[in-house]
Amino acid sequence: MKQNTLTKRCLNLVTWLAALLWFLPILVAIWVAIHPASEQGSFSLFAPLTVQNFINAWHAAPFGRYFLNTTLLVLMIVVCQMVLATLAAYALVRFKMRGGGVIFALILLQLMISPDVLILNNYKTIGALGLRDSLLGIALPYFASAFAIFMLRQTFKSIPLVLEEAAIIEGASRFYILRKIYIPLAKPIYVAFALVSISFHWNDFLWPLVITDSVKVRPITVGLQLFSAPEQGVQWALISAATLMTVLPLLLLFLVFQRQFVQSFMRAGIR
Amino acid sequence: MSTLHSVAPAPRTRGLSLQLYGYLLLLPALCFLLLFTHYPALATIWESVFSAARNGHPAQFVGLDNYRALLDDDTFLLSLRNNLLYAAITIPLSVVLALLMALAVNRRLRGNAITRAAFFIPSLLPMVAIANLWLFFYTPQLGLLNKLLALFSLPAVNWLGQPDTALYSLMAVSVWREAGFFMIFYLAALQQIDPRLSEAAEIEGASRRFFFRRVQWPLLMPTTLFILINASMNAFRIVDQVIAMTNGGPNNSTSLLLFYIYRTAFSYWDLPYASAMTVVLLAILASVALIKFNLMDKRAHYQ
Repeated sequence: MKQNTLTKRCLNLVTWLAALLWFLPILVAIWVAIHPASEQGSFSLFAPLTVQNFINAWHAAPFGRYFLNTTLLVLMIVVCQMVLATLAAYALVRFKMRGGGVIFALILLQLMISPDVLILNNYKTIGALGLRDSLLGIALPYFASAFAIFMLRQTFKSIPLVLEEAAIIEGASRFYILRKIYIPLAKPIYVAFALVSISFHWNDFLWPLVITDSVKVRPITVGLQLFSAPEQGVQWALISAATLMTVLPLLLLFLVFQRQFVQSFMRAGIR
Repeated sequence: MSTLHSVAPAPRTRGLSLQLYGYLLLLPALCFLLLFTHYPALATIWESVFSAARNGHPAQFVGLDNYRALLDDDTFLLSLRNNLLYAAITIPLSVVLALLMALAVNRRLRGNAITRAAFFIPSLLPMVAIANLWLFFYTPQLGLLNKLLALFSLPAVNWLGQPDTALYSLMAVSVWREAGFFMIFYLAALQQIDPRLSEAAEIEGASRRFFFRRVQWPLLMPTTLFILINASMNAFRIVDQVIAMTNGGPNNSTSLLLFYIYRTAFSYWDLPYASAMTVVLLAILASVALIKFNLMDKRAHYQ
């Protein structure tokens, strides 16, 4: 393509500036968080650095508890989603069941009616089960993920039937086959789904807000919202520090799994 | 489980037991789906035709009264209008930005990983955290936007405090979060385009603009469609930033559908009325989804 080096350089510069501008809100938050509260509006280059804001924020609200709650919540949801989806996808692919098509359609229906829209009745159901204000109560509506079933079904379908038939002749049980053939071959899908699901449930807000009342089960998003809501003199340094703490685990996860992250979101979109 | 095969029963019963086995595997997932997706959806429709049980009066069948009331409810109509405006502005804006970003970082460029991360990271963060970052820009006295205005000696604006600007300020936050997310899909699609096409275009001496218009853009169509549909579904489920930034105010100027449902249900406890609104929202989502399945089937975009 016709493109001389000068225009190329210009485009590169524009890209770099755009990326910097795009990232600015986060950079500003970092700046505010690592400087004393008295310097928050000045943006002077020579302001002293401090970690005091992080320490203060950590002590101003039970963030340790919030982190623990969110971690437990996300682990519980992702593990259950994967187990249930594995069983369901395997059944859909390898057991020629009557009504399998109808069942699959019922599953896919969840992709259009997402649980967050149905908070009203899910709230009643969780209340009737006596699970309000409990971690299990937050997690339960998400245990069956149509998206996970859908992705695993696609993958399982591509695994040759001969492998399974050979194993059956050898006398292997269905669970053994699932564990030794299907799950290992679908490993990239599990990683992809886990990353998408972790980031989704780490960020989830409305449903936990509605279903929790107490510190002992509140996840980090709801905790952060309560922390930054009070009106008495907005302390940006504290709020920025708290906000950065909240997003830090996801950022670390992203930095470690950068390639997989981007690929799993791509995969999640393409399928 | 192994007995299923080692005993080798008559083919017919074996087929039956295999079927049963399959159903059992499906059962746990189906139970949860029925309990938390299908049942609540049907119950919402059912409850929307009853009145609220109040002061000892049991709920009564009122037919379409709740829906009729919606048509006279200025706040509901405003929320619907706000939501449509929100969709009409944020969707095209974030899709165009996503495409530009993808084209920009798809080139050979030093520090590509960093620019990609800078665009993508906002879409990973919780909306509540993002709201905090942006409140710092919007706040009247200390806010960076007003400081910028002051540099050009322009008067300060109360971005979130007045009805004219509040909704647009929220839209900017949504665009910031979504564009980088959609960029990923465009990037994936761009990278799947056969490199021989660009080589051929280069030999023919085609300009970049021509190459984009005649080769890349048509090949990106399925991706654009996919993004547009997902963006539309998201635009009607938006609520976190409303709760975190404006709480629907001022004067309901930032009230969106799901937010108004949430407030009707959990602040006013008018459950039948909230149910009727949920049915409207479900109808919107279902119609978008129907378009999605129809188009996607034709394009065979997923396997």
